[in-house]
Formats: sequence, structure tokens, C-alpha cells
Amino acid sequence: MLSVGAYRPARVVTNDEVCEHIDSSDQWIRERSGIVTRHHAAPEEDVVDMSVAAAEQALAGSGIAAEQIGCIVLATVTHLWQTPSAAAMVGHRIGATNAAAFDISAACAGFSHGLALADNMIRGGSAEYVLVIGCEKLTDMVSPTDRGTAFIFGDGAGAAVVGPSDIPGIGPVVWGADGSQHEAITQDAPWNALRDGTTDHFPMLAMNGPQVFRWAVFAMTPVCQQALDAAGITVSDLDAFIPHQANLRIVDAMVKRLEIPESVAVARDIVDTGNTSAASIPLAMDRLLESGAAPHGGTALLIGYGAGLSFAAQVVTLP
Amino acid sequence: MATQQEILAGLAEIVNEVAGVPADDVQMDKHFIDDLDVDSLSMVEVVVAAEERFGVKIPDDDVKGLATVGDAVAYIEKAGGAA
Repeated sequence: MLSVGAYRPARVVTNDEVCEHIDSSDQWIRERSGIVTRHHAAPEEDVVDMSVAAAEQALAGSGIAAEQIGCIVLATVTHLWQTPSAAAMVGHRIGATNAAAFDISAACAGFSHGLALADNMIRGGSAEYVLVIGCEKLTDMVSPTDRGTAFIFGDGAGAAVVGPSDIPGIGPVVWGADGSQHEAITQDAPWNALRDGTTDHFPMLAMNGPQVFRWAVFAMTPVCQQALDAAGITVSDLDAFIPHQANLRIVDAMVKRLEIPESVAVARDIVDTGNTSAASIPLAMDRLLESGAAPHGGTALLIGYGAGLSFAAQVVTLP
Repeated sequence: MATQQEILAGLAEIVNEVAGVPADDVQMDKHFIDDLDVDSLSMVEVVVAAEERFGVKIPDDDVKGLATVGDAVAYIEKAGGAA
């Protein structure tokens, strides 16, 4: 990874504001999830806009020009056009005239999937520089009156430029999917239900919290260990732990179960940013680096896990 | 197979570990959410620990029916007996 870029929409939304539409409280939200604020994109701001902002920042920090990018991989589930891809539109806007471009749909694990693809592409010779973006406008797909989801999700974008190196800076990915649990996190109706009138509302995100919590804490923690093993390191070798920011209690449970030492910086960006799905890992990484909590060039364990259910984890060298 | 007293004692330790509730407060008539402040996410951790400790399986659908400590003890006792 050569650089990371971040974009958080200007509008900050507090728990109290969220509670104007759901029967809940600031205290309950903090206890349940750790979230204090999240960002909401402006009505006219979309996934392409946010991705461009994060991508331009990542490019600026990378030292390479847009024309040098060989591929753009954009992870999102909230680009509301089936086609063309958000990646193609982003490529056009940033001047990546030589880049292939495609979107990937792996929900909250999308960014780690994208990093693995970038790594493989560069090793395989399909591209020299890859722009990996994770971006969501979840407020388009979350009902403000759904007590189970309204307080959790937020909007934002993160991006990384990945390039060749003499020493591997992205470890082997440990990834997979469990489609038997596809109903745990899902759009509550397909688009044709809206067309055919078999649903009475714009499809929204529905989630079975306890089921996802159970999977995240008990099935994903071993995946973290496998990623460490695949990279040939232990938790003590880490400078940072950057799990997808789904819920602060999941982060804390993972830290406890992995016995991550106090010396390791743990990403807790969800407190300010909420759960931004595919954007959460690059946003959290950017925050740790920018605040000085994690060192540039340090070793970090990333794990994305979410709808599918799908997951991907890898150890990386921070930009 | 564990007795009711053993299950209650084991559960009390687990709830204390997971949610910081004093073990003595974990009594049969206590409601997890209303009395012990153990929400549905903490219940997931309690249930998984109980599964491991007592060698039983407690599917997510059944967890919803475990409103009180007594419900959980009875469930575990029955599940252990059926094994």
C-alpha cells in the first residue's frame, strides 16, 4: 500500500438526532454499539462523488499520477445503478485513462477483498498500480425508523493506492463466504419487487443483530488468527488491529479473544463514524495513521466481515 | 450431566465474566434484560459460553425464549438430558 485517502461527509449526526425517529436513547446506542456520531452524505452526494474525493486524496499521497493506474476496484453495495459501474465513473472523473474498472459486492468485507485482488493483479502482472476504494451511502438503504439499523450505519469513502514492491506489503488473504446465512444481513426485497408492486417501500437493509454478532465474534476471530499465521506473525508483532467497524463490542470481543496486547493500536473509528460497511477499514486506517496512533510502515491486521455472509482478512504493511 | 444447582452456578460465573454482573445476583427468577442488564448481544456470548461449558447446543431461535435465568437453567438441563 502506497497511500490511503479518506472522505467523510460534512454532516455529522448525533445519537439524539437519530433518536428523533426511533424509540431509543443516546445512552442505549453507546452501550449497544459504542457509536456517538456518524456522517450522512448530502442528498446530491453519491457513491461516485465520495469515492472520487477519497481517491484523489490517496493519489496525492501516493506519488503516482492518475494515468499510471492500471485498475480501479471499487467495493460498494450502495451504488444505485446496476450499470455502469461506479469504478468506471470514478476513473473518468479522476483522469485514470489507462485503468480497467469494476465494482465488487462483498459488503463490509469489500475493501479487504479489493486489497487481495490488487495484490494478486500486481503479482500476476495484470496491473502495476491499483486503486482500491471502499465506499458506501448507506443512508440510501437504511430506514431512519428501523430501530435495529437506523443508528448503526453511516456514509463515507476510503481509498488506497497499491503498487509493486520488493518486499511483500500485503499478506496472504484468508477469505471465504457462508451463503447459508445470506438472510442475516440483506436488502429486504429485490428491485423487481418494487417494480412489480409486491413491496410497499423502497428496499432497505435488514439485519439480524444477534446472529451477526455471534458469527463475527466466534467465527471471525479464528479467521484473524489464520491471517496472522499465514503472514507468519503473532499478535505481538502487530502495530495495529483494524477490524471492520461493525460494532464496538465486536471489536472489543475480538481484542479480548485474540489476546491483543495493549501496545497494539486498535481501530475504534466506529465511535465517530458509525458502520460504513466497505469504507470502514480504510477510514479507520486513515484515522489511526493521521492521529499517530499507528506508525506509517507499521504492521496491521485487517479483517472485513459482513453480508453474504462474506469475509476477508490479511496482514498488511501500513502506508 | 449437571444438576440444576451446578448449572445455575456455572451460568452465574459466565454472566459475571461476560457482563460483569455479580454472580450472587444471578438467581433463577431474574430476568436477563430487565433485572441483570444483559442485552441480546451479551446473551450471545453467554449462550456460546454455556454451550461450551455444558456441552449443549442452543440455536438462536431458542435463545429468544430464555427470558429468565430459570428459563436458561431449565433449557440447559433438558438439553443435557437429551444428549
